[in-house]
This record gives sequence, C-alpha cells and structure tokens, in this order.
Amino acid sequence: MDITRRRLLMLLPAAAVAWQYVQAGTPEAAPNYKTTDHWWGMLIDITECIGCGSCVRACAEENDVPDGYYRTWIERYHVADWRIERPEVQSPDGGKQGFPPNQDTGGKNFFVPKLCNHCADSPCTQVCPVGATFVSPDGVVLVDKSYCLGCRYCVQACPYGCRFINPKTNTAEKCSLCYHRITKGLTTACCEVCPTGARQLADLKNPKDPIHEFLKTHNVQVLKPHMATGSKVFYYGMDGSVR
Amino acid sequence: MAVALVAFVLLRAAVVPHSFGQYGHYRGDAIAEIAARPIAHAGHQVCEACHTEVVDQKKQGRHVVVPCEACHGPQAKHADDPATVKPPKLDTAVICARCHEANSAKPKTFPQVVTADHAQGVACDTCHQQPHRPKIDDKADAKPATEAKKK
Repeated sequence: MDITRRRLLMLLPAAAVAWQYVQAGTPEAAPNYKTTDHWWGMLIDITECIGCGSCVRACAEENDVPDGYYRTWIERYHVADWRIERPEVQSPDGGKQGFPPNQDTGGKNFFVPKLCNHCADSPCTQVCPVGATFVSPDGVVLVDKSYCLGCRYCVQACPYGCRFINPKTNTAEKCSLCYHRITKGLTTACCEVCPTGARQLADLKNPKDPIHEFLKTHNVQVLKPHMATGSKVFYYGMDGSVR
Repeated sequence: MAVALVAFVLLRAAVVPHSFGQYGHYRGDAIAEIAARPIAHAGHQVCEACHTEVVDQKKQGRHVVVPCEACHGPQAKHADDPATVKPPKLDTAVICARCHEANSAKPKTFPQVVTADHAQGVACDTCHQQPHRPKIDDKADAKPATEAKKK
C-alpha cells in the first residue's frame, strides 16, 4: 500500500489515539502507593468462623453500605446427609446480627463468609461498557462511582452474587477490599474485627506473607473453580456443598 | 475524512477524562480517589497505645485475641478526638450473645451457651464483670444454669 501524504495525514490522528493505549498499564506512576509491590487476596478459615456477624457490621460501617445490602455476608450451611448438591443455606440479614440458636438436627453445619473474590480474570470488569469497573494494578476489583452508568451488566456477570446497585447512588457497588485501608498499611475492616482470625488479608506478592506457606501446606479451595475467574479469596476447610 | 478524524480526536479529548487509560481501560484517577476515603475503624494497635490497662486485662483471659472494635465498633473518630468523641456503652446481653449464642454451625471447641437458659435476661457483665477477662474467678458466685452441648 502506497503511503501518500493525504493517507498519512488521515492515519496520524488515529495513531495518536492508539498510542495512548500502548502506553497504558504503567502502575509505577501511581502516586503515594507502590501498586506493583502488592497483589491482594484473602484467606478464609471456615473452621474458625463463628458466624458472629462482626465482619458484616464492620463492612457496613466502614463503607456506608445501605441497610439490606451487603458487600460481605455470612451463610449458614446445613447438609443433612448425602445430597451435598442441595444444602440448606440461610443468611438472615446477611448474618449482620449473628445467627439465632438453632435446633441441631444432625448432619454438617458450618458458616461460610462470602465477599467479592477479586478475580484476576474477573467477568464483571470484562462486561463493563464504559470502564467504570476494573482490576487495579495491585489486584483489587474496584468501581469508579463517578463513571458508572448503573447499567447492571456487572451485577449479572458476577458468578458469586457479590455486586448490587446502591439505591442511594444508583451505581454498582461491591467489596473494595477496603482499598482505602490497605493502601494506608491497614488491614480490611472485616479482618480487623474478626474475633477468631477466620479472615486474613493476604498479599500474594509479598514473599514474607504467611499465605504462601499456608497455601503450600493446607487443602485450600476457591469458590466455583470451574468458572476460571482467577479468584483470590481462598477457603480453608470448605465443604463440597458450598456454592 | 481528515476533518472528521480531527473532529473526533478533539471531541474525544474533551469528553474522555484525562486520566482514562493511564493504567488500563479505566479512569486512572479513580484509584487515588478510592484510596483517599477516610477510615472508620482505627485498628486495635491504635486503641492499645492508650488503653494499656485493658491490654493487661485481656492478656489474663481468652479475649486476648479479640480485637477492640469487634465489640466496641468503629472508633477512628474517637481515636482522632478522644476528649470529645466517646464510645457508646455496650449492651453485653446483645454483644456477647452474637459470638457465644449456641449454634450447631459454630466450631465445637468454641465456648457457647443458650443465653435464654444461661443468663435468663440478665446482662452478661452482671456476673462476668470484666468482659476483657471474662472468666469468673469464684465459680460459686455465678454458675451457668445450662451449658450448651458442644457438639
């Protein structure tokens, strides 16, 4: 193809636009926080969870979550016998006020805390038509409220049911892994208040983080591994009935 | 055609935020904006810096591992201005039960009671007068009516 002066003039503006995207992906330039030093996830020890709801309350207070909506919640599983694909799951008010006494009818009973899995290959970010939700350079799936249209595509795309539309802002909302805390050197609100240490923030890029030794020496699962979302919330002691 | 392209580039520059594409297909400034939000929970290290007597009490009991704001709620405002912002008094009948109310889904080794039988409406700190060190030294003073079966 001959490059004429006219054709060159036509192509130059398009090339200028494309060059911006070529330059994209330089997280080192992020101010006040070295995003390249971190890759955040979480470890949840189901055998330690007592279903007290401290995490749910702390999350709501830390992030101003409206009543009736949850960035994190707790489910109580009851598996009666051999039908592990049909567990009985309860989550009254997201477990925010703990769980009432129950009649022990036998079988397996346990609590499962849920939150955004901060997937490395997240379906929710892929469907956003405007780039309002994204995986940050340090591995946290975030929502840019000022850019979100509230189209709900991401709510439908999340296979874990972790997103909702905030009725006050009409924008998508979800767990931010307390990004405003972890970038200040603190842990998440849910991990901070967990009385049994069932939740542990994990920095997968920090070679000194105990998560690495734990993952090597324990049987750990992620939710819905067949979805290949690259979930970074790891569950220890999780039963096969958990969905 | 060239005019249309130039018009497109100019329009795009006017409409698209300047930081869009800085790190990827999103507004780069959003990261700093989200990170700049204020915190609500101060963290137990901040509490422990002032309340050293409570730290000493907790070391004598099993609540040593329980972070302060698990019971007392978010206290960043109190930590910033302790003279003006005071933490609310806790209702132990509610606070303690959230963790210690018997439930078959809780780990078997976790201390649990059926509060309706155990306390019969009495606030927990009536007997367990040191919630930071909840064990009652003189067991004859307050013997639990019914201990939940730890299955």
